[in-house]
Amino acid sequence: MNLLEIRNLHASVQGNEILHGIDLTVKAGEIHAIMGPNGSGKSTLAGVLAGKEAYNITEGEINYLGVNLLDMDPEERAREGLFLAFQYPVEIPGVNNTYFLKAALNAIRKHKGLDELDAIDFLAHIKKKIKLVEMDESFLSRPVNEGFSGGEKKRNEILQMAVLEPKLSILDETDSGLDIDALRIVSEGVNKLRSNNNATVVVTHYQRLLNYIVPDYVHVLVDGRIVKSGGKDLALKLEELGYDWVREEVVQTV
Amino acid sequence: MQTIAQNIRWYRSQFDEFEKSLNGEKTNYIHTLRRDAIQRFSELGFPTNRQEDWRFINIAPITSKEFKPVFRYDSKGIKKQDLQKYLIDKAIQLVFIDGMFSPEYSTNNAAAQKSYTDSLSAALIKNTVEIKSNLGRQVTGTENAFTALNAAFLQDGAYVSIPAGVKLEHPIQFLFVATDSQNIYTTQPRNLVVVNTDAQLNIIETYVGLGENTYLTNSVSEVFIAEGAKVEYDKFQIESPNSYHIGTLNIKMGNSSQFISNAFSFGGAIVRNNITAMLDAEGSECTLNGLSLGKGQQIVDNHTAIDHAKPNCQSHELYKAILDGESRGIFNGKIFVRKDAQKTDAKQTNRTLLLSDNATINAKPQLEIFADDVKCTHGATIGQLDADQLFYLRSRGIDLSSARAILTTAFAGDVINRVRIESLRNQLDQVIQESLL
Repeated sequence: MNLLEIRNLHASVQGNEILHGIDLTVKAGEIHAIMGPNGSGKSTLAGVLAGKEAYNITEGEINYLGVNLLDMDPEERAREGLFLAFQYPVEIPGVNNTYFLKAALNAIRKHKGLDELDAIDFLAHIKKKIKLVEMDESFLSRPVNEGFSGGEKKRNEILQMAVLEPKLSILDETDSGLDIDALRIVSEGVNKLRSNNNATVVVTHYQRLLNYIVPDYVHVLVDGRIVKSGGKDLALKLEELGYDWVREEVVQTV
Repeated sequence: MQTIAQNIRWYRSQFDEFEKSLNGEKTNYIHTLRRDAIQRFSELGFPTNRQEDWRFINIAPITSKEFKPVFRYDSKGIKKQDLQKYLIDKAIQLVFIDGMFSPEYSTNNAAAQKSYTDSLSAALIKNTVEIKSNLGRQVTGTENAFTALNAAFLQDGAYVSIPAGVKLEHPIQFLFVATDSQNIYTTQPRNLVVVNTDAQLNIIETYVGLGENTYLTNSVSEVFIAEGAKVEYDKFQIESPNSYHIGTLNIKMGNSSQFISNAFSFGGAIVRNNITAMLDAEGSECTLNGLSLGKGQQIVDNHTAIDHAKPNCQSHELYKAILDGESRGIFNGKIFVRKDAQKTDAKQTNRTLLLSDNATINAKPQLEIFADDVKCTHGATIGQLDADQLFYLRSRGIDLSSARAILTTAFAGDVINRVRIESLRNQLDQVIQESLL
């Protein structure tokens, strides 16, 4: 089943077109990696999918579970199982992490017609999930991301992913700012959450993360276009030859 | 529109009536104080926008009405359950109905005596040295027409006297209830709190309105803190949307004493707080926190002044406001550091959340520093809810209005969570949640 179908997507920020026609299909059970140099539009694509208001869609369409994603508010997308792990998770002073996660999970459960979890049931639920990302339980009582290190913030993103159990997860440069241990923990968390019913899109700069989260498909995004797609070997070739190699190839085919 | 002369004539005629209601008390020094005060009221007249301290607040709605002062206790307009939600668990409760002490709703007298509290009306009859040497010494009635008016009609309020070394575990609450049995009336609560050496207590002043009637609460509280004593003084004000509240709180601090004020201004057409802390002793620490909620056309005005007169004192100040509709907030924070007050450490923070395009805030930090070895900082921020935080919450499935409520609650919680007494924190949270619906 196709979870996500992106057709000829053009998106701009403040009048500057960043994405110049993206096509991408993601099926349940798959892991896709989107790689590309700085400024290629990777984070823009992630932001467009999550529903960030700053982006203006000028052309194309996005179907998610067979409906028009672009008609949905960010919260509706989340309730329908779309999850963005932020490149820069936002600090929210004064809002307790547990309170936030419970509010989020219950909003999603309510949408699915499930009973909302009370404080006790939720705590039991989250204590199982927190082990997955090897986080200390003290993080639960702290304000959302406030004073967290870079690695702790990324782990907190994966914790949220574990709690909310999305169908489609987009990891936006989750590896940036992670040391090797944190990278392993985060990747293992993602791998454990993998199933035949969900899919993951990993947006990354480096091949390193893909040693841990092994993709089925690798797409190379350059200047707002997917210029090359392939299997996991493509990532290795990119690591070896750099993005200029793809750029040159594109020029040659043109 | 009332002219100044009409105002003076009205309150003078009310004063004559008040005098007639007093039997045999007309010769004591308290009455001399009242007489001096009505005279000063006549000389001062109500403040106008031409006076710097009243520049941003329009008090014409107050000065244009002839408020009738309440002289007598009447509990007909009240039921026990009306009070329940504002009472503080385990506190010694002094309840005042339309400004007058209510023996029937207060914690019973025997317990109250052991707890070093009394109504001011009863204390005035006893007329102790402590009262004589403290009442009217900080708020003299010369400050402005409102403190003069309070002194002129001075009759009742709370009196607390904590002996040296006594540490009270549970708070003392002054609950001032405005009934809706009358309209266009005024009360003049007068509180005196004397905390002796090394004593410790928590006071909660609550002002509630039961209806939507129009009245003026004009309160004055004087707090004397001796050496080494610690006081937390919380004020929770939630009155009729058509009421006016002028509250004056003065604190005099002794050596190495601590004072914390948490002031919550949640309801009333116009609310004005004047807080003045005198740090005329070494090593004292003063904290002033405040949270205002404004909606509709409410005006919430907080004027604070911290006077560092001696060395090695600290002050911390955090005032926040959440303003919606066409409401207006005013914050004026004065900090004086006198020539002798070396090693002063003073920090002032003022943050305002504007929830609507039509709400306004006038923020004015005012630091006057005459010593050279001091640390003083101040900062004021004014803004809307953070767009990135809103998006983050929404991206997790939380709808926009819930996300706004979560962030607004967090903004308020920053002040509410500084209150020590849980039962008060719960009452404050409740108001915030109701205001977000």
